Parts: sequence; C-alpha cells; structure tokens
Amino acid sequence: MLKISQLRANVAGRNILKGVDLEVRAGEVHAIMGPNGSGKSTLAQVLAGREDYEITGGSVTFDGADLLAMPAEERARAGLFLGFQYPVEIPGVNNAYLLKAALNAKRKKAGLAEVDAYEFLGLIKAKMKFMGMDESFLSRGVNEGFSGGEKKRNEILQMLVLEPKLALLDETDSGLDIDALKVVAKGVNSLRGADRSIVLVTHYQRLLGYVEPDRVHVFADGRILKSGDKTLALELEARGYDWLREGRVA
Amino acid sequence: MSSKAPELETLLSRKYQHGFVTDIESDSLPPGLDETTVTFISRKKREPQFLLDWRLKAYRHWLTLREPSWATVQHPPIDYQAISYFSAPRTPGDAPKSIDEVDPKLLATYEKLGIPLHERARLAGVAVDAVFDSVSVATTFKDKLAKAGVIFCSFSDAVRDHPELIERYLGTVVPPGDNFFAALNSAVFSDGSFVYVPAGVRCPMELSTYFRINAAKTGQFERTLIVAAEGASVSYLEGCTAPMRDENQLHAAVVELIALDDAKIKYSTVQNWYPGDEHGVGGIYNFVTKRGECRGRNAKISWTQVETGSAITWKYPSCVLKGDGSVGEFYSVAVANNYQQADTGTKMIHIGRNTKSTIVSKGISAGHAVNTYRGLVKVLPTATGARNFTQCDSLLMGSRCAAHTFPYVEVRNPDATVEHEASTSKIGEDQLFYCLQRGVSAEDAVNMIVSGFCKAVFKELPMEFAVEAQNLLSVSLEGAVG
Repeated sequence: MLKISQLRANVAGRNILKGVDLEVRAGEVHAIMGPNGSGKSTLAQVLAGREDYEITGGSVTFDGADLLAMPAEERARAGLFLGFQYPVEIPGVNNAYLLKAALNAKRKKAGLAEVDAYEFLGLIKAKMKFMGMDESFLSRGVNEGFSGGEKKRNEILQMLVLEPKLALLDETDSGLDIDALKVVAKGVNSLRGADRSIVLVTHYQRLLGYVEPDRVHVFADGRILKSGDKTLALELEARGYDWLREGRVA
Repeated sequence: MSSKAPELETLLSRKYQHGFVTDIESDSLPPGLDETTVTFISRKKREPQFLLDWRLKAYRHWLTLREPSWATVQHPPIDYQAISYFSAPRTPGDAPKSIDEVDPKLLATYEKLGIPLHERARLAGVAVDAVFDSVSVATTFKDKLAKAGVIFCSFSDAVRDHPELIERYLGTVVPPGDNFFAALNSAVFSDGSFVYVPAGVRCPMELSTYFRINAAKTGQFERTLIVAAEGASVSYLEGCTAPMRDENQLHAAVVELIALDDAKIKYSTVQNWYPGDEHGVGGIYNFVTKRGECRGRNAKISWTQVETGSAITWKYPSCVLKGDGSVGEFYSVAVANNYQQADTGTKMIHIGRNTKSTIVSKGISAGHAVNTYRGLVKVLPTATGARNFTQCDSLLMGSRCAAHTFPYVEVRNPDATVEHEASTSKIGEDQLFYCLQRGVSAEDAVNMIVSGFCKAVFKELPMEFAVEAQNLLSVSLEGAVG
C-alpha cells in the first residue's frame, strides 16, 4: 500500500526528515509514536502533499504510484486521507457542502456518478449517527466555533464518508476526553478492513488501547528508530523514549 | 450554493465576458466641456429652464473645485476636456415610443448581456430600465407598474412628465456642490432612472437599471432618484458593464434615495464595469456619489453592493438618518484583482433619536490590487439612543496586494452605542491545503472560501442576483491563487 524509502525533507532550510523507511501493507494498522518535535507530523504533512516542505531525497510509492509526483488533491482522490492535528476553521463554508464536494471529486476521479444532495444527506446522516454527532453540524461552517473534540470527531466523520485506502491520523487522540476518545476509536475501527491501511501518529499509548495496532514504530530525530509489535507501545508508556535514544548513542 | 459547483470550471476559464462593442451609429458631442456643452445637453433633452439653471450653477461651482486626493487610489490626471459628455444611439426622428421601435442592435446588445427587453423574454418579476451610454433606451413593465401607482421611467421622461417631482426632490440629498464628481454630474448628467412609489404602496416587482457604456472616449454621467413616500417600499437593483478598451473611461454617477415615514428602500448594486486587463491597462474609473436620506420616522434604507469591476472604484453609499427610529444598512463585497483599486465604504449620519445603523464590509484583494474600506459613523448630539454595529473584514490572496481599513467614528451623544469589529486574514494556506487534502481542486477551494467569507452580504441580495454575484466573484478572482 505505502512504501517509504530513505525519505528526507526540509522545512525552511532545516532538515526534519532524515531518511525515513516504512512499509505499510494493505489491511494493517501502524502506530508511529515519538516525542514532540521528532518529525512525526512533518511526515504526515509531507505524505499528504503540503507544499511548504522541500523533499531532498528518497521515494514514496502509494499503491504502486509515485506519491511525491502527485499534487495534494490527486493524492486525496487516490484514497489518501489526512486527519489533521489542528483542523482549520473555514467560516461561512458549510460542513456538508465541503464534504459533498470532496466526495464527488473522489467519485469523479474513480469514474463514478456524483451523489446528489438527497443521497448525500442520507449517507452523512447515517455516519453522523454512528459518530454520535448532532444534526445541527450539517448547517454549521467547517469547524467554525467547534470545540477541540468536535473538530476531531469531524475529521473522523469525513474519513468515514470518504472511505480512504490509507488514513493518516495525526494526533487525532490529543485533547480528547475518554468518551470522545472512545467514539473516535469506534470510527477508526469501523474503517479497518483487508483493503485499507491506517497509520496513527500519536505520542500516547492510550488510543492504542482502543485501536490495536499491528506494528508500532518509534520516531525520533527525523527517522524511525525502532519497530515492533503492540507490546512496544506499552514498553514506551512505561519507560519513555530516552532509553531508546541513549541506546542509539551507545 | 450547491447548484453551482459543476459550472465552476467553465466559469473559471472565462475572462471579462461583457467586453464587446456594439456597432451602432451614435450622435456624440465632440470632446470638451464648457457652458455650451451643458446648455446643449439641457436643450437636447428639452428641459425646463429651472433645470438648465440648476446645471449651469453646478457647472460654475465645479470650476471652483479640485479633484479629491484623499482616497487611497492613484491615477494619472484626468483631462476633462478630452471626454465626450453626450453620446446617444442615433434614432430616426423622435425617441422610440415602444420597445418595438427600439433599434434591434440595441435589443441584441442587452440580450447578449443577459437582460432581455422583449416582451416575451423579459425577466419575470423584474422591471428593467436600460441605459445605453447617455440615454435610456427602454423601460419594461411601465404599464403594470403604473397600475400600482409606481412611476418607473428614465430620468429624461421624468423631467418631461413629472417636473414637479424632480424640482421638489432633485439635489436635496446630494446637493450639486457636494463634491467634485457630484458637481460635474449635476452639470452634465444625461439620463438615468427615476422611481416614485406613492404612499402606502409596496412596489409589486423588483426594479432594475442596467447601465452600459458603449461608445469610446465618452463618460457616463447618470442620475438616479428614488422616492418612497409614507409607508411605501421598493427594492431596486443596478447592474453595469462596459466594453474592453485600452483607455480609461469615466463614470461619475449620482444616486439619491429619499424615504419618508415608515418607507423602505433596498438598493442593490452588482457592479461589473470593465476592470482593465491583467497589466492594469484600461478600465472604468467609477467615481460615484450615492446617498440616501431617511427623512421620515422609522424609515429604512439598505445598500447592498457587490463591486467586482472598474479599474478604480471610489464610492461611499451613505445614509442620513434624520427621522426618529430610522435604520440604515450597508452590506458590501468589494473585490480588487490584478491592478484594480477600490476605495469604498459608507457614511452613517445619525441625527434622529433611536436611529440604528449596520455596516458589514468584506474586502477581497488579489494580485497587485489595493482595497480600502473607508467609513464614517457620526452620531450628532440629537441622536439619543443611536446604535451602530460595524464589521469590516479583509481577505488577502497572495502577497502583493494590500488592504486598508479607515473607520472614522465621531460620537457627540454620550447615550450612543457604537461597536466595531475588524479582521484581516490571508486566504489561509491552511484552509486551502485542508480543502486540497479532501480532494477539492484549488479553484473550487478558493471559490468556496471566498463565498463563505462573503456569505453575510450575499444573503442580503435579491435571490435572482445572489447567484449572479457569486458567479461574478469566481470570474473576477480567476487565477488569483494557485
């Protein structure tokens, strides 16, 4: 599904990604953990196609295609979804309107007929119910005046409607109370399937208690330092990150 | 909003759509301005003596004035002797008496602009006065309106048929000496629209004037006067376009609105004069004085404007709130792209007790454009209980444009409440990336973000025109981002 080789990237002249290697196969859930400032979010943004980042080396293939050669909107239409750490507010633009435009852009790319307002309403209402969201959400502006938890829930709702092949969730769990965390986890778990992959970027293990990962990677200083199964997350929770970095120096 | 998405791509690939020239024979005055020009225009229109005197007085006053220089706009000096002050499509004999006598080329022009004047194809529910260069060529639905007692006709017809109303109201809101451009207009104005809605009448349809500049080297100086008597109400809309030409053309109009006790006037503008090309060559100088007076108790005047065209826009639709309890509103979207310059805003003058005003201004700048909001809220000592709410938001697209906000507030009554909110934002890269990441194209994303930004103003427009305004906006901002 996703294969990253020796990926390097700069932000404003500073080297942030220093040779990332990662392979995510279809059906797998990976967790990328690591301390603040290690470059986890940069990796997510680079994969989604943000232009402020300068790729200085390496390659990324997504479903066999050269991901780095595609503009951001093409990546999205091809099935890559980024759940933002800080979803932006777009005042006056209706939530449902944006999401319908997004869904139809993707369907058009896939050669499917666009959904009309009526079909779309049926679809989104079902997903909202599943996510325990109020219908007033439909008429509100995109993330406009949303609480932190509402914004994250909205990201997951968008993900469920768009049904991506690869979902990158950047700190979707941060700032959530336990009930919201459970709802988010429920949304993520419902997307799991043999033909989909999910990458959770997080620095806590608590989401992983609800969404069980197949692989856990420790990200530090711009690369993956160590990979393992879900027990690695528990070990990190107990011991922190420092032992890994010290181990590397030694 | 949802219905327009499929059309967006075609819309975005279009340039200024109204830039064609109608090949029609015109009677034009040679360029130049002196008392004989003023007299010629007045005689040509067979005006009564009082109006000629009024014009000449305005002209003499204009000679003493200097072009204002306080606006945040720049242009080479205007040579007022190089402009032709009168141009009318040539008609055999007298003016056409019905639409069937109007030159088919003129009808075709309006057809092409999307404003059919023919009986069979008229815009349902909208009466149109079509002004071509210096004259009104047709007014639709006159009879139907007359049955309701509403007078809607060209200014020239009003001078001929209702001189007493003209003499009573003309220049009472914008006096001839008000400012440089108003004085010029008062001297040489050639046509425009007149509306009178008698007491207690709710105008049965939307009224609209469509202004078209066609001839080269001419200026358009029209005058609009709308009077709503006690308890009357009317909604009026103006639209404007011009051919693409390399030289700048001057449009200096005056609009006066008068609302008596309990009357309501809603005045909407969708301004799409030729803005010049992407290098800033050509385009209309739109120097317009618009003012409404709530002369009676509980009167209401509401201005809504969507300004996308013109090389330079200089206009401040204002409300003088004289009557106790009267209400003034100003909703504006001003777009400046490429090398356009817009200096626009409003004045709300609170004189009566418990008067209320609302200002919502949305400025969008792109390319190398400069967009300025300039507004005055003035509360006189008599205006006890006055309230104003002002919101000015600016949206910047790209890094070479500029936005300025000059809100002047003068409060001379301690009992008044004045609130001001302002914001400036760049079309956020974050907002854009968010939409792109969801698979939405850059063009669609920009349109969505801009429409969202303007929503509070668009909802004030009459239904039929809200869609047009939205489409205009996407054409105006073509190529602004991405």
